[in-house]
Amino acid sequence: MSTTFKHAPGFVSGDRPKIVTSRFEFADSFTIERYLATDGYKGLRAALTRPASEIHDEVKSATVLGRGGAGFPAGTKWGLTPQQVWPRYLVVNGDESEPGTYKDRLLMERDPHQLIEGCLIACYAAGLSQCFLYIRGEMALAQERVATALNDAYAAGYVGKNILGSKFSVDIVLHWGAGAYVVGEETALIESLEGNRGMPRLKPPFFPAVNGLYGQPTIVNNVETLANLPWLLCNGVAAYTAIGTKTSPGTRMVAVSGHVKRPGVFEIINGITTFRDLIFGEEFCGGIKNDNKLKAFVPGGGSAPWFTADQLDLPFEASQVGPAGSMLGSGAVIVMDETTDIPAAALTLTHFYAHESCGKCTPCREGGTWLERIMRRIVDGDGTDADLQQLLEVGAMICPGDFPHAANEKLGLTAVPFPYKMTTICFVGPSAFAPVHSALTLFRSEFESRVTKRVTIPVTSVSSVKTVATAGVHS
Amino acid sequence: MSRLSEKNLVIAKEIIARYPRQKSALIPLLHLAQEQSGYISKDAMVHLGELVGVTSAEVYGTASFYEMFRFEPIGKYLINICGTMSCALMGAEELMHHAEKRLGVKAGGTTQDGMFTLAHAECQAACTEAPCLQVNYRYRLRVTPADIDNLIDDLQTGKLSDEIPAHGVLSKVRQVIPADRAVGAIAPELVTESPVWLNGKAAL
Ligand SMILES: Cc1cc2nc3c(=O)[nH]c(=O)nc-3n(C[C@H](O)[C@H](O)[C@H](O)COP(=O)(O)O)c2cc1C
Ligand code: SF4
Ligand code: FES
Repeated sequence: MSTTFKHAPGFVSGDRPKIVTSRFEFADSFTIERYLATDGYKGLRAALTRPASEIHDEVKSATVLGRGGAGFPAGTKWGLTPQQVWPRYLVVNGDESEPGTYKDRLLMERDPHQLIEGCLIACYAAGLSQCFLYIRGEMALAQERVATALNDAYAAGYVGKNILGSKFSVDIVLHWGAGAYVVGEETALIESLEGNRGMPRLKPPFFPAVNGLYGQPTIVNNVETLANLPWLLCNGVAAYTAIGTKTSPGTRMVAVSGHVKRPGVFEIINGITTFRDLIFGEEFCGGIKNDNKLKAFVPGGGSAPWFTADQLDLPFEASQVGPAGSMLGSGAVIVMDETTDIPAAALTLTHFYAHESCGKCTPCREGGTWLERIMRRIVDGDGTDADLQQLLEVGAMICPGDFPHAANEKLGLTAVPFPYKMTTICFVGPSAFAPVHSALTLFRSEFESRVTKRVTIPVTSVSSVKTVATAGVHS
Repeated sequence: MSRLSEKNLVIAKEIIARYPRQKSALIPLLHLAQEQSGYISKDAMVHLGELVGVTSAEVYGTASFYEMFRFEPIGKYLINICGTMSCALMGAEELMHHAEKRLGVKAGGTTQDGMFTLAHAECQAACTEAPCLQVNYRYRLRVTPADIDNLIDDLQTGKLSDEIPAHGVLSKVRQVIPADRAVGAIAPELVTESPVWLNGKAAL
């Protein structure tokens, strides 16, 4: 049975295991009183009665996958820090801003103590001596809830010096951003936390676990990833891995938005729940709005190549979604029904990534802008057929080679697996191209019916770069 | 004249002390300055530079990267209407048109009475509740054109002044780390040993 709560807008509870949303039913779930009355800080206490290395091993063997986008196991990441280099830091990524994604904000607003306890467990296990909890600037309520929770937790002895009277001491500092999507990228997050413009750093050498905040080993983890730890410590590895699959254990938070009957945020069983369950299942979204037909869906946040009905039976399992041509990303499914204007929908995403480019790499800064201008021209009815080729050419400057896409039986397409090659430092550049490429590959006729035949000077007399540049100027 | 007030200076110093390097406090301090005046003035940037030990140009260099910081006064209420994909699919454009008509300004503009600034915003992490908007970063979900009218009415008559503070104020609660509980920030070069709890034994 599905239940919603006025105090947790968007969240839909069901008869499924709950690891991170177990307190969402309570209107006062964010208070320390409620938290303590519902096993709060029990995981921390359990952890502190064992050596740190044992706790690290436990998180490793539970395979707690990162929920921020890349899906890298947390325990393994903690082990990548160089031996005997101190201090090490924890930076919590609460910058949630990937289009379609809505889960970390809920976790911070509804259960801030769970996140704080998760941070403490991570710091204990991995020997991290200070924690910075970076919340997206635009999230005033999340900042308020986490600030209150931290104040209460400090006063009660759960954070700070000699936690619970033990040898374990760590400060958690609340930090907040000021509006820039790219700051969610971990090295940009670190730059921002150092008080700089939030531009991503080159990896190598700047792998955070080796060379992060102030040049020190730094673990960057997503809010949801850390929120899993208190339950894991209370209930043990066996209980955690009993949910989900071997490669994708536990649950994960997924937001389904767009043209569905009942959009919502669900804690689903990892690795097993399929896109069909989510979009059509009665306990989830209950089908497409107005009983329309499904046209396409974004499976893992705005950066992910699109799927169509052909991929509905894929489960939330990276090892299956990757070869099928996309990624699970940040747990965000955006559904488009048959009435959707595909080029216009793709344009909203291309605009987003072009707008959010930090400007450090030319292919992203220039290419993203070109893609947006060409797309806008097409959507406005001013495009020509040459524009379609130009979109692909500009895209190839950002991502050379075959770009991943889904198989499609009707179109006779076979899948090109994820990931892609890229000429940029981070994924913002490729993300501007992903929606364009998906839309153009799966729905080319919608573009063709909108553009006019180009009457122009023969291409042989103009270099391709010039053609693109001219196109930009005319838009 | 908008250097930090004495009260805010105390808060600023507390914030700076939490970081191993002072410059890390810059974004929180810029928010403090914006909270004080509704925007960030040149004087404020000079002051913040003095506080964290960088030039005012460096302060502006950082500040100008981030969309939330404003360098000129704007409306008391900043209405950000989300236009990214999930909201676009659910009618964001219509909302924006309605708001533009109602306020008599285009997106990006401020009403003559200085009450409202209307802006186009990107995904606000409320995609399942589309279309949505934020007023001074407080959410309104599944918004209809009629909701926009009511919202503007309520803001004009002061009905929402408890819930929605003037532009610049984010969290109404500040983190306070009690001196007797704080571990304290230490410059990384002064730390040479492993944390004491990594001694192979349980901490408790
Ligand atoms: C452009 C870009 C934006 C990102 N935004 C976020 C974000 O908002 N939140 C997040 O947790 N991770 C985000 N990530 C992923 C982070 O770089 C990083 O992988 C993640 O925070 C690690 O945490 P996890 O291992 O717990 O998933 C983003 C990555 C890129 C390339
Ligand atoms: S890909 Fe774009 S956002 Fe990422 S570092 Fe390069 S220019 Fe910046
Ligand atoms: S797209 Fe509008 S909140 Fe995410």
